[in-house]
Amino acid sequence: MRLIRGLGQWFDHRLQLGKPIQEAMSHPVPRRAASWAYVFGSASLTVLILQFVTGICLAFVYVPSAGEAWNSLQVLNHQQAFGWFVRALHGWGSNFMVAIVLIHMIQVFLFGAYKYPRELTWIVGVFLLLMTLGMAFTGQVLRFDQDAYWGLGIGASIMGHVPLIGGNLVKLMLGGPIIASETLSRFFSIHVFIVPGALIAFVGVHLLMVLKLGINEWPVPGRVVKRETYLTEYHELTHKDGVPFVPDAFRKDLVFSGLVILAIVACAALFGPYGPAGAPDPTVVQTAPRPDFFFLWLFAALALLPPSMETILLLVGPVIAIGLLIALPLVSPTGEKSWRRRPIAALSLLLIVVSLAAFTQLGVKSPWSPVMDAWSSTPVPQKFLDGRSPLENQGAIVVQEKQCRNCHALGDEGGKRGPALDIVATRLTEDQLIRQVLQGGGNMPAYGKNLSPAETTALVAFLKTLHPSNQVPAGDAALVSTGPVPPESPTK
Amino acid sequence: MLDPTTNKEPEGSAVPGPKKVSRRQLLTVLGVGLNVIAGALFTVPILGYILAPGGRRAMRKDLEWITLGPLTQFPVGETRLATYRNPFVRSWDGATGDIPCWVRRIADNQFQVFAINCAHLGCPVRWFPQSGLFMCPCHGGAYYADGSRASGPPPRGLFQYDYKLENKELWIKAGQMPTLASPPSVACADHPRRCSCA
Repeated sequence: MRLIRGLGQWFDHRLQLGKPIQEAMSHPVPRRAASWAYVFGSASLTVLILQFVTGICLAFVYVPSAGEAWNSLQVLNHQQAFGWFVRALHGWGSNFMVAIVLIHMIQVFLFGAYKYPRELTWIVGVFLLLMTLGMAFTGQVLRFDQDAYWGLGIGASIMGHVPLIGGNLVKLMLGGPIIASETLSRFFSIHVFIVPGALIAFVGVHLLMVLKLGINEWPVPGRVVKRETYLTEYHELTHKDGVPFVPDAFRKDLVFSGLVILAIVACAALFGPYGPAGAPDPTVVQTAPRPDFFFLWLFAALALLPPSMETILLLVGPVIAIGLLIALPLVSPTGEKSWRRRPIAALSLLLIVVSLAAFTQLGVKSPWSPVMDAWSSTPVPQKFLDGRSPLENQGAIVVQEKQCRNCHALGDEGGKRGPALDIVATRLTEDQLIRQVLQGGGNMPAYGKNLSPAETTALVAFLKTLHPSNQVPAGDAALVSTGPVPPESPTK
Repeated sequence: MLDPTTNKEPEGSAVPGPKKVSRRQLLTVLGVGLNVIAGALFTVPILGYILAPGGRRAMRKDLEWITLGPLTQFPVGETRLATYRNPFVRSWDGATGDIPCWVRRIADNQFQVFAINCAHLGCPVRWFPQSGLFMCPCHGGAYYADGSRASGPPPRGLFQYDYKLENKELWIKAGQMPTLASPPSVACADHPRRCSCA
């Protein structure tokens, strides 16, 4: 024991780190700030360290070459001992990282912790968020599979929207005129050296400011932040009614970080590593690229933006969003901290969270994408064929053969790009059906050139039968009021 | 002479005179100046190195003629997938060096060669001969057989490569990923939006 103490003193006499560490550990924090709501920052740091460790391990085996990266991932998954597990830890760690950083940010926003004097801590945090998302995107590229290849294509195409220097930016991003070896090497360098280096520096500054400025006190409605008095008030709060950071606040951080690591290990062990999906061979065009979970909202937004606004929103949207985040503490550095007295802030947050969740949900379903193999894999349900005439059944074949099902569902199976055809006859009359099929419109291609008159006749005959038995099909208003309902074979 | 306790020159030792530069000032100026020059010599080539692929004098050209193979592979009236080895390929490019494109032979000597990349955001479009449409799996863009936009978010028709027929082979000018900023052929450059490309 005495030996250890002596050794410790020998080192500390030279390093002189003991005292500052002691001070940092025992610095007083407001009693109520030793709370479960304050554990997400330290958890982010824990996951970051975990990502560094697993990332470095992956670099032992991973080959950042367009020709070999995918093969080296296969080796990691199937041959290298625990390779699959390290990949899984890194992949799930990345998901947890993004999620915890977002929760941390939401907590800081709701608690008004970005206000004076912690404005810069927030701004540095915004950059940390951007870097985290950057790591998630570049990491997805390093998992060099089909999705990564076409994801790069999407990134390059977005760059192509930039006026004047778009072409240069595309080549700069790809490291050449086309997605190839230099592209992967570039993203490897960004993911492994540039952003992690910046992350270390920014996390250092972020933590330093947390130590220097103190942990945000629990917001109480009515306790207003004023530049003139805040520092004195905070000093009183922490020194009269404060607790030392270690162990009082640190305990909860410790427990939560442990739980997070356990959760990552559990997810990694249960669900395994992400992909890789098919090899990055662009000549295999039978693919439907999708981004990872945290970018699905963006994928959805790109599908749903009106084409006329797309370029502007793509280029200006991120600038505005990041600008608003950075400007937030500068615009409102004082005033109420409690979310109970900041209804607009709370509602804005709710709006953003609900929008992102809705877009993500849409991205999961991606109803705008044609189901490319629906026409050959999803038969017309029997109930739409029973009791039909030969001509109408021939029409059902046309529906199938001409890939209508890729965009139109029947019996809830098939694409969701266009409206389901189950009851199309109640919406469109025969003439309208013919016109819609031949001329298209309303986001439907025109099939005039690809349907013979016989095929059109059969198709429309079939479509006319698609209405519930208790509902009359749509008819020309003038004819319906005078004439009888045309005889149709009802849907059973 | 320096006074070791204060590290200042003793009073009175400084030679009077308005324009006299002390040795210490000179060293400071020299030190800063040397490092600025060294920094520039260090930084400029590195920036050039990083930015080179986006610059005008990139090591690799953007487009070069390359053959898609004999004309007999492309029956008149059909649209077929063809692949070519990217003309600027590196030996470690692997499968990414093989680039696909859609070849439509309209008549004996009349072709259209479409880029695989959707004009919206670059996803691979697929040809469906039965319905005569190109469909994109990402955001639902659709194009007619002639490459013109049929529906969905694409702002224009499919990108086309310039082509030529030589030695009974089909040649295209390719090598660059087509985007709105750099379409491989000027055929559509006049009408960048809602271009028919027909």
